[in-house]
Parts: sequence; C-alpha cells; structure tokens
Amino acid sequence: MTALAHGVQDRPVETRDPGTRSPAPERILLKGNEAIAEAAIQAGCDAYFGYPITPQAEVLEWMARRMPEEGRAFVQAESEIGAISMALGAAATGARVMVSTSSPGFSLMAEGMSYLAGSELPVVLLNVMRGGPGLGSIGPAQGDYLQAVKGHGHGDYRIPVLAPSSIAEAIALVADAFEIAERYRTPVILLADGILGQAMEPVVPVYRNPARREADWALTGADGRPPRVVKSLHLRPEDLEAHNDHLQAKFRAIAAAEVRWAGEDLEDADLVIVAYGTAARVARTAVARARAGGLMAGLFRPISLWPFPNDALSSIAATARAVLVVELSAGQMVEDVRLAVEGRAPVLFHGRTGGMVPSPDEVVDALRAAWSRTPARDGGGR
Amino acid sequence: MTVAADRHQSRVVAARPALLEDRATHYCPGCGHGVIHRLLAEVLGEMGLGPRTIAVAAVGCAVFAYDYLHVDFVEAQHGRAPAVATGIRRVRPDAFVLTYQGDGDLAAIGTAEIIHAAGRGEGITVVFVNNGIYGMTGGQMAPTTLLGQKTTSTPLGRDARTAGYPLPITEMLAILPGVAYAARGSLASPSAIGKTKAMLRRACEVQEVDGGFGIVEVLSNCPVGWGMTPVKSIEHLTMVAETYPLGVLADRTRPEAHR
Repeated sequence: MTALAHGVQDRPVETRDPGTRSPAPERILLKGNEAIAEAAIQAGCDAYFGYPITPQAEVLEWMARRMPEEGRAFVQAESEIGAISMALGAAATGARVMVSTSSPGFSLMAEGMSYLAGSELPVVLLNVMRGGPGLGSIGPAQGDYLQAVKGHGHGDYRIPVLAPSSIAEAIALVADAFEIAERYRTPVILLADGILGQAMEPVVPVYRNPARREADWALTGADGRPPRVVKSLHLRPEDLEAHNDHLQAKFRAIAAAEVRWAGEDLEDADLVIVAYGTAARVARTAVARARAGGLMAGLFRPISLWPFPNDALSSIAATARAVLVVELSAGQMVEDVRLAVEGRAPVLFHGRTGGMVPSPDEVVDALRAAWSRTPARDGGGR
Repeated sequence: MTVAADRHQSRVVAARPALLEDRATHYCPGCGHGVIHRLLAEVLGEMGLGPRTIAVAAVGCAVFAYDYLHVDFVEAQHGRAPAVATGIRRVRPDAFVLTYQGDGDLAAIGTAEIIHAAGRGEGITVVFVNNGIYGMTGGQMAPTTLLGQKTTSTPLGRDARTAGYPLPITEMLAILPGVAYAARGSLASPSAIGKTKAMLRRACEVQEVDGGFGIVEVLSNCPVGWGMTPVKSIEHLTMVAETYPLGVLADRTRPEAHR
C-alpha cells in the first residue's frame, strides 16, 4: 500500500514510520481519549475546561488527574457553555487552552465558538462525535460534519477543522491544532468520533510542544502600557465591516496554507473512496479487499475538513470512474465532495447512522455497485 | 478667580480618578453607571490594583465599560462573565479579576455561571448593577423588576401570576459557603453612595487578601427605561430598597459584619 501524505511544512501526517525520533520510544497501548488528553498536556496546554459527556469523559478524567500534577489549570465546568466561556477568558490572557465535548455539548459550545472567532482567540476544541440528533446515542457517528465545518455559532466566520483517523495521528494533530490556533488567532476544532475516542491502539506516541508566539494582544494587566481590550462588538457598521474584512482575509490565508489530506492507492485507482476519521479506517480495509477482488480502488482522506482539499480531490476525480463517499452519517461531507468534484466524476454515497459502522464488505459492495452503475472514462481502458 | 477659590486651590476635594478615562460616556443623562464606574475607578486606584486588573465586560448598557475604565478588558458572551473570569483567574494567579454585570446578564441568562462561580469560591469580584430593567434593548422586564412595575414587556405591570417574583439573587448567593463577601448598596443618596464604595472596597479586599469571591449588588436607576426624570428615578431607589434591602449579606472573613 502506498501512502501520499500532504501536511504543512511537508511533515508526514502518518506516524507509522518511526522516522527520526528521540531515544527509543516505547510502543504502548493507548485509548484515544486519553492519548489526545496527554498529547495536549505534552503540547503545553495551560488550561483545560470540560463537562462530563459520553463518549469523551476520559479526556476530562485524564485532565483532572494530570493537569494539577503539571501545575496547570483544570476546571470541571457547570456546563459546556461554562467550559467554553472559561476557555475564552483563559485564552484572552494568552494561555494555551483546550476544551473537549461530544455532540450535544458541541451544540452548547456554539455560542462560545462564534465569540472566540469574533474575538480572535486561540482555543483547541475537541468534539468526539456521537449519534444524533437530540440525545441520540453514545455510539460513534460523523453527523456533526456540517455543524463543525459550516455551522456552530452565528455570524460570518470559519474555524479550521482537523479530523484524525488514528490515535497516532490524533496525537500529532493536537499539537498542529494549537499551532494553527495561535498562528492565526483562531479556535481550531479537532473532530473525532466515538470509536476513535474509545478504541485502544498500539502507538508510539510522538508528542510535540509548538513554540510559543508573542501575544501582543493578550490581557496581562495594563502595567506600563495602554489597556488592551479583547472583544467582538463593533457597533458602527463601518467598523464591523472592516473587522469582517480582516477576518475573511485571515480565512483566505488559512484556506491557502492549511489544507491537509492523505491518499492511499490513488495512482491507478478507478474508484476513489473519500472518507475521514473512522470511516476512512473501514475504507482502507475495503480498498485492500476490493483490489484483491480485481477492483482498482483508492482512498482519498481529507484531514483538514475546513479548509477542504478541493483542488487535490478535483484533480484526482478528473481521472476516476467514480467517487464513493463513505461516512458515519446520512451524507454530509458528500456535499463538499460534490462541490470539489464539480461533475468531473459521478459521486456516490454510502453511509450508516445511529452508531452503526459500515463493514468493509458493505463498502466493497458499494464499490461494485459504483462500478456497475458508471460508464468507463473516455480514453481510459481500466 | 475669586479670593475664596484661590485660597482653596491647593486642596483638591474631588478629581477625576486616574483610572477613569477623560471622555464623555454613552450613558443616558442621569444613568447610575457613571457613578458606579467612578466608584470602581476610585477603589481600584486607591488599592493600587489598576495595573494588575483584568476585567470582564458583560452584555448590556455597560458593555462599553472598557471605553471608560483604564484597565485590561475582555468582553464576555451574555451572562457568561463569571465563567470567563474563572478562566482568567485560573491561569493568572497574580491578576485582579473583576466582572461588571447588569441584572439581565447576571440574574437571568447568566444564573448558572454566577451560581457556580460563587459555589466554587472563585477569587473574583463581581459588580452587579441592578436597575430592574433591560435598558439596552428598550426597557423590558428583568428578573429583578418589581411587582407591578410597568416595562415594555409587562405593559400592565409585572404580575406574579404570569411573570413570577423579583429574584433576590444576592441573598441566594450569600448562603453559599464559597462566597466570602456579599452586600447590597444603592445610589439613592450621597451617604448611600459612600457606603456602596466601602462595599466595593471590601469586595476587592476579599479577593486580594483571601482569594475569595466577593459580590456587590448596586441598586441603580434607569431614568429612560423607568420613564422618570433623573431626580425622580433617584428618589424611586428608596422604594426599590423595600424589595431589595441594603446591607452586608455575608462577610465570611468578618462574621461580625453581617446585617
């Protein structure tokens, strides 16, 4: 299996290859939630605020024990609204801050996300998605894609969304998320699901503590300098439009520089599966089984869901017979895939909801159906 | 210049506090926020807290407090100021942390945040301005609106059968062991203003000395929202205090100070 990895600064996003690492790192069994929590601590997280909710409560529990050990701040908030508000206050002082939740709590954090974006405050926000809508279930799901990528709070703004597909990758993306958050002064969402949070995997954890940037906007007390104000209110229309122009310029810069994706077996693929997170793990197995059965399939895995890897997917779709989107949802990312593909190839969808996860054979069947329902590409004989 | 004035010019009786910006405010004529800003600027200045203060502005008329008080400010979502202050407190142990909230903000949409910040005994000082009305949005009923009081959303007067009773939130908070200091003052008279300043000072001291949670509710006016002249609205505060009695409700560092 060949792997293409596209990360910022050409840093590999898959960490299966040991590469250059400090002394003989140990291969250990880690639970996703705990690995993400420890990765945040190792990335220099100064403060964590959370509220218990399944399936991410282990993040809160890990932080409750580990943050005080490190002399850092931990508060179990009165609600997810309280947690993200605490994060807003701590981030306003220049601290490195993380919150975590699962879907219903993510909805409660929507208010705070809008204010964080408007106030330009860096906070890393983990959503370990579960089944919805409403109270839904505690099983794994990817039904918050649209909310994370296009929705959450009110107003004209975007938040970068990173979606790990393995525990090792989640560890790496935690540090990347802090880095992006501080580089652009923006909240960053880590979008995982119940399987990624609850599963245990053997991992060689590679932690990273990104360098601190000078925060000449942070509230430290007006001692020997004029007072600073961190705010999102701009009552005069001219002022708010200028602020929005500034934010949009920032979003364009993020969209240009922070696109991440990984590809597997794409070079000779007739059928391209697009999947992220846990769905991509299933898809990887399905690709291998399909190839064993003579179907040339490949996997395109978006890692940054916003900015979405439009250009890369567009050029790959141009030579594909069909694109199959696999999600743990009724079809959400598929909308972005269709926008990226722009009719260059038929886009089909296979999804399960409610905490159900498609089996690899189910996906292979969907690949076979895609093959039989689509014509061969002009000039392509495969 | 008269001889009398000349004789006294070396003795400053009153001046603009250094922490109060020299500019006109956006507040309506007669509004109490200006007086409370001044008291706060005086207390912070006298205690030397200005350079260490990180204040939280709340949604409401006083969201623009950061335009008038010469300290660092962060703007909170509506009602969330005590949670925002908690975040600051936990990562900035050396800071003096303050919230300035109205009654709609603190006693309605922000009840969860204020109760739990008080319950945790966060080392923050809360200035709670109670004028019994949503001023910024046009004078609707607040949880603190008096029974019978006419507002734009209780046009016939607040009726307990449909709109419930005024919420004595500072009394509710005062019973919590996490609250080091809770008091209610008023702007009804110069002497009441003097007592309110002493309360603000004490609420700041409990944070500074004991790392405790302090809250001062200030009965203030809203001449425009109440449909009164500024003078009438100040006179009305005496009646407001019948529903919201003045005094120290809790001082757990000095139990003898209780009302």
